[in-house]
Amino acid sequence: MRPVRIIVAKVGLDGHDRGVKVVARALRDAGYEVIYTGLRQTPEMVVDAALQEDAQVIGLSIHSGAHMTLFPAVVQELKRRKATDIVVFGGGIIPDDDVAALKKQGVEQLFTPGTPLQEIVDWLRKRFPEESR
Amino acid sequence: MASWWCWGTTSPYAFWAGSELNEADLETRFRSGDTRALARAISLVERRDPSVRALEATLRPKGQAPGVVGFTGAPGTGKSTLVDGVVALLRKRENSVAVLATDPNSPFTGGAILGDRIRMQRHALDPKVFIRSMGARGHLGGLSLATREAIRLLWAFGFDQVVIETVGVGQSELEVAAVADTTVVVLTPNLGDGVQMIKAGILEIADIFVVNKADLDGHARVVTELRSMLSLAPKGNWKPPILATVAARQDGLEDLWEAVLAHRRHLESSGRGRQLAEQRLRDETAEVAAEIARERIRRALADDPALSARLLDTGTPYGTAEEILDRGR
Ligand code: B12
Ligand SMILES: Nc1nc2c(ncn2[C@@H]2O[C@H](COP(=O)(O)OP(=O)(O)OP(=O)(O)O)[C@@H](O)[C@H]2O)c(=O)[nH]1
Ligand SMILES: [Mg+2]
Repeated sequence: MRPVRIIVAKVGLDGHDRGVKVVARALRDAGYEVIYTGLRQTPEMVVDAALQEDAQVIGLSIHSGAHMTLFPAVVQELKRRKATDIVVFGGGIIPDDDVAALKKQGVEQLFTPGTPLQEIVDWLRKRFPEESR
Repeated sequence: MASWWCWGTTSPYAFWAGSELNEADLETRFRSGDTRALARAISLVERRDPSVRALEATLRPKGQAPGVVGFTGAPGTGKSTLVDGVVALLRKRENSVAVLATDPNSPFTGGAILGDRIRMQRHALDPKVFIRSMGARGHLGGLSLATREAIRLLWAFGFDQVVIETVGVGQSELEVAAVADTTVVVLTPNLGDGVQMIKAGILEIADIFVVNKADLDGHARVVTELRSMLSLAPKGNWKPPILATVAARQDGLEDLWEAVLAHRRHLESSGRGRQLAEQRLRDETAEVAAEIARERIRRALADDPALSARLLDTGTPYGTAEEILDRGR
């Protein structure tokens, strides 16, 4: 089987890494290969890492309020690099209205505070039924 | 049970489904220097996809092989930080560099957090640096079974230098010595029980010792202990140097690289390099064969309940294994 490889990153100037670390561990425990790139990533860095790592998924974590710029910037960068097959999802502090708007712009799913980790795992399992274990 | 390294158990369709990189383009895009194609080729090797054999034939590496230096040592000794420093140094010398950094997968779920990349982020976006994190995926030895094959792909892609990082070694992960031209063993002052307690084998595989975190107390003692220990070792033609570094501050990296180059010259002039390269190919072939055999036997037992029942009944693993292998394909 092909293990799903997921790039997990904090983009922008945002030091809230507790959530992303919890999520990374949960994904590992669910059998995914998580590549954690750390803090202060730019959209270009994240996409470049995803290509080098041959990841199928990019998971972004944003608590800074800059989600309306940064999420779409990653989606755009994927277009520019001709890699729109890479799925973008994420979480953090994102108001409901923005969640709806971002989904229209190509972010597949967003998880806000209080989401049980199992819900995130279940979503990935559904999204990658063939490859997940 | 974990089965992520099975030979081609998913349909090829799932692997390429929806991807903007498709199988037909892979070779062309690889040749044109497309990073994603290289990355995908490494994935194919990692999952032991049968198509790799064809790829191996068409993408035969040409020209000068890249120098391969491996960093190994206990968890947290600073391997990734050193690799990051070496990459910076090599970039200053206009070398292109590929890094293969290994972390363990959970034996229970197959999942992994691959975190070595965090320390190398300043090289992100440098088109002459390629960093790939690899899960060991159950392979013992401190590397991925795919590491050697990946190195050949990096060679075919045209990298000047390859740097590999093993998982933080416990005891028997000595494979790096069989894969790298030069093995750097990384130690630190806070080793707990001191140099004497280092697991046998680790000291023997070192071409170069690095005592990192030389900014911490106790560093001189580690160097002294190491030196006296090495004085007892049988004298070969290469005497592993002991170098102090503060990777976090980039101190000592020039000396480290000079030592790597000196070791390479030694490999060249003594003929040892050629010998090792040949040995490596033989070993790898044997290992891949073992992997294929293992998988064939697992599958035969899974697919044939009668055979499986007979095995349990007679308790003869040797005979059963030979029987399955004798059946051929
Ligand atoms: C802890 C915390 C901090 C800690 C961070 C410690 C750390 N290393 O993470 C500290 C004290 C450092 C901190 C600092 C600041 N904070 Co603060 N902080 C919080 C707090 C209280 C909890 C965040 C948290 O850790 N939650 C626990 C984790 C498990 O949940 P989570 O991160 O939300 O993650 C879940 C989901 O969001 C989702 N998820 C998250 N990431 C990802 C990624 C992926 C791939 C997926 C699939 C899902 C996912 O899944 C997780 C599980 O459910 C929140 C308030 C809150 N209730 O959220 C404020 C909050 C995030 N902070 C806030 C602010 C303003 C700041 C400061 C700017 C304050 C200041 N003026 O100095 C600084 C900025 C620091 C910086 N450099 O960025 C604001 C953000 C406002 C906004 N964006 O509109 C918040 C919302 C508080 C508020 N109500 O005002 N903070
Ligand atoms: N004091 C000191 N700390 C260092 C030095 N080099 C690295 N570190 C720190 O040591 C910790 C581990 O560094 P890494 O480079 O991640 O170590 P590693 O060997 O790659 O770790 P694993 O891959 O997890 O086995 C980090 O917090 C580094 O900042 C050094 O020269 N001095
Ligand atoms: Mg490391």
